[in-house]
Amino acid sequence: MHLVYPAVLAVLLFSTGLYGVLARRNAILVLMSVELMLNAVNLNLVAFDVWLNRTARETLHSGQALTLFTIAIAAAEIGIGLAIVLAVHRNRGTSDIDRLRDTAEGHESDAPEAEKAEATA
Amino acid sequence: MSPAAALATTAAAAPHGFLSPTGVEIAFLLVGLVTFGAALVTVTTRQLVHAALWLVVTLGGLAVEYLLLTAEFIAWMQVLIYVGSVVVLLLFGLMLTKAPIGRSPDADSANRWAALGVAVAAAAALVWVVVDAFRTTWIDLGGAPSGSTKVTGASLFQNWVLPFEALSVLLLAALVGAIVLSRKAKADAAAATTGTPAVPGSRSEKEGVR
Repeated sequence: MHLVYPAVLAVLLFSTGLYGVLARRNAILVLMSVELMLNAVNLNLVAFDVWLNRTARETLHSGQALTLFTIAIAAAEIGIGLAIVLAVHRNRGTSDIDRLRDTAEGHESDAPEAEKAEATA
Repeated sequence: MSPAAALATTAAAAPHGFLSPTGVEIAFLLVGLVTFGAALVTVTTRQLVHAALWLVVTLGGLAVEYLLLTAEFIAWMQVLIYVGSVVVLLLFGLMLTKAPIGRSPDADSANRWAALGVAVAAAAALVWVVVDAFRTTWIDLGGAPSGSTKVTGASLFQNWVLPFEALSVLLLAALVGAIVLSRKAKADAAAATTGTPAVPGSRSEKEGVR
């Protein structure tokens, strides 16, 4: 198989995930896009592991071992990320990341009003 | 890569033609198109639950790609962990944050076009670099599969034991962290809603109701 096929597919999936991370507003959709980017990296790792296993006689199988580690770390990441999103949703009543700008500069004036509005709502 | 390996690469690439796709390549291309299309729908659909369900198609398509690359164990791990648990977790998250079931008009941010520009620029640059770098490189898929459970397990427990054990510690830390994050928020919310000194009996009653 041509190595370009899995490499280009991984690039396209990574760019799709990049668009999702930048364009989505719901925090859980952003987490889904992060999963897409991680999967693109996994596809690259597997493809290059199979390639190097045959051509360079690489018997360490580093690509597949690292893919398994990435999958496990992604599972941990999604668990912690969802716990954080649920905590934010419980405290603020929203999971819209465009409205979570308490630490942004230039928004000191409207931050307390927004919190008051959310508290009364 | 050593020069001998580079020579072996060019020697292996010699009998291949540029426009002679094999059956595996055609299957990879078709499944890849489905995967990429499902990924596009995942990041563009306005129905949040549908995004999670299209993510299932994307991750399943990637599992098929792993199978075509003879990485069986990774493929089944992908099905078990991603399709089996991560998507279920995401759906639980969507339900618990009271995501709207129908079309939500504000699913996309206002800087959608800037994000589209960044993504298209990144895709163009990376595709150009990757195609230019690996134009004459072929994967030899014949022979014994290089990713069977036996091979992967032997390599994992001979060469990667220490990272594997460190990973178990990381999973334990993630588990404890998730529990701490949800417990603390719940205690704060209970104290805020009652507004009175919490009696243990009434608090457990409230939690039972919740």
